[in-house]
Amino acid sequence: MSGERQQARLTATSIEAVSCHVCNLLVSNRYRSEHGNACPRCGTALHRRKPDSMSRTWALLIAAAILYVPANVYPILTVISFGQPTTSTIIGGVIELAAGGQWVIAAVVFIASVFVPIFKILALLFLALSVQLKWQARPRARTLLYRFTEFIGRWSMIDIFMISILIALVKLQALATVTAGPGAIAFAAVVIITMFAAMTFDPRLIWDTEGMSDDGG
Amino acid sequence: MRIDRHFTYTESHMACPECDLLHLVSDIREGEQGHCIRCGALLFVRHRNSLDRALAFSLTGLSFFILANLFPLLTFEMEGHTESNRLIDGAIAFWQAGYWELGIAVFIFSVFAPLAVLLVLVTLLLPLRLGRAPLFVKLQIRLLVFLKPWAMSEIFILGIIVAFVKLQDFADVGIGLSLFAFILMVIATVMAYLTLDTRALWARLEELAV
Repeated sequence: MSGERQQARLTATSIEAVSCHVCNLLVSNRYRSEHGNACPRCGTALHRRKPDSMSRTWALLIAAAILYVPANVYPILTVISFGQPTTSTIIGGVIELAAGGQWVIAAVVFIASVFVPIFKILALLFLALSVQLKWQARPRARTLLYRFTEFIGRWSMIDIFMISILIALVKLQALATVTAGPGAIAFAAVVIITMFAAMTFDPRLIWDTEGMSDDGG
Repeated sequence: MRIDRHFTYTESHMACPECDLLHLVSDIREGEQGHCIRCGALLFVRHRNSLDRALAFSLTGLSFFILANLFPLLTFEMEGHTESNRLIDGAIAFWQAGYWELGIAVFIFSVFAPLAVLLVLVTLLLPLRLGRAPLFVKLQIRLLVFLKPWAMSEIFILGIIVAFVKLQDFADVGIGLSLFAFILMVIATVMAYLTLDTRALWARLEELAV
């Protein structure tokens, strides 16, 4: 039993090997020093951890946090109906849907456009801090948080697709037209940049600071 | 768990991509999902006939993708005027309105990446089925992993639903034929990814190389 536990803690790093980011082939450091740093199976450059993971994640997070402001302040969309323009922001769009009695759709848009981006920025901020400060508590829970954050990030694009469909469909000159607003660019940038931030963060860093103890939740 | 200290590279063991813990591959049986015992990450899926199933799903997806581009997604009628939009029109509309960044983004996420994923799958799996090695295997596998997060068809469907609800307030909105094709394309693509066992793929490639 104790032998099994000992074995359960072997990692790629502990046996002096790396795992390919793309095809997960386990390659020894000896092979890398003799044959070069490309994965023998899929050709991807091999790294023990994602390169410059922390500095890239921090940089992308700061950029996303800055763009989050114009994304929410500027209008994302203007509807001109019979010459009357009505502009709406991200949150304005949710309020309009709710006011119109479309509660389910309003909730979906609220989650995707308001909750997910702010949750994602805060979660990655927390994860990056926890690695930077070498916290040891609950590595499994933090890995789960990372997995969830990476999974939900793309869903914020709903609003951008919605706008693209509205402006393509509603172009009846005098009657009604829809145009995009500058907030849409900032919002799409926030979504894309946070996706990159989640991709550059390496969850194995959470376990590197954990020092082989296996009792963290 | 035993591992030869002098190995060069091996498929008998794999490290968890999210916490680096080593696992013995043979511990994961056919038809099962292998999860990391320490952090719970999905390691890989094993299926019977994985490659044939994934090929069938990706050919289905490709056919529906073509249909999804031929007909309107939505139609819109207001005071006698009718408009309709195709899949590509959202990207074009952004571009023409001067929001070219958004035009490119929407084109990549809703048209290019979903199509590229299906094309890569078909050009990878069809030659294998016919007993030939695909031309750019290494590049194709890397593209598959790289493109995955940027193909956002399933999110586009939600975008269509939200647009539909918003438009109902001031006009008659109808569903176009391509919307059904698009939804079926998304289901087929998801199934192709879910059934594709990349380990079976490498094993098949090795058989061919011998």
